[in-house]
Amino acid sequence: MTDKLKLFSIGFITGIVNGLLGTGGGTLIVPALVFLLGIEDHKAHATAISIILPITLVSSLVYLQNKIIDIPLTINIAIGSTIGGIIGAYFLNKLSIPLLRKIFGIIMLIASVRMWIS
Amino acid sequence: MKLFLIGLFSGIVGGMGIGGGTILIPALTIFIGTEQHIAQSVNLFSFIPTAIIALIYHFKSKNIKYKIILLIIIGGMIGSFVGAIIAAITKAFILKKIFAVFLFCMGIYEFFSKPRK
Repeated sequence: MTDKLKLFSIGFITGIVNGLLGTGGGTLIVPALVFLLGIEDHKAHATAISIILPITLVSSLVYLQNKIIDIPLTINIAIGSTIGGIIGAYFLNKLSIPLLRKIFGIIMLIASVRMWIS
Repeated sequence: MKLFLIGLFSGIVGGMGIGGGTILIPALTIFIGTEQHIAQSVNLFSFIPTAIIALIYHFKSKNIKYKIILLIIIGGMIGSFVGAIIAAITKAFILKKIFAVFLFCMGIYEFFSKPRK
């Protein structure tokens, strides 16, 4: 695959997941940048946000156009998650991330089963 | 209060780079009973202010690789347009099942992922 097609495809797949499931941009694009394109980990996180923001804006506009929006709920969550984001970024280099990944992996597996059967 | 705590927790997880949306969306549907489409919409919209703040910070730290991002963004914008339209026309219980499969795969990935240098 040519480099240009590779870059386009990475974006396209990330975009499909972002639009279809409303998430997963970062969890897909960071490994893609690191393993497929060989970008350093700390630069991959910054680069990922600059890619995911415009993609998320497109998804959001399509959701908005289809009236899939709850403004009060979004504001309540956004306040919490913005504060949480600052706290999380602060702890980024102070906690054992590999252990946290294992814990969250288990939480995700339990949640996925709950969502499937409900 | 419950909403604030869910937001706070997913924000902390997201800030550590583990992926806040994969926590926020199931938390909303399981604990609040939010409809799947709305839960996804909340995650998309609430990401925007945080991302703008983070991006301003990263602009200053010069960590962004500009040369490679343009084609990824073009592909991504086309993909997200298509993906969001498919989401809009998909029934909530089907969308929830697709999300559950995705979440299961991400859970496996997070559990077995090796620390990167």
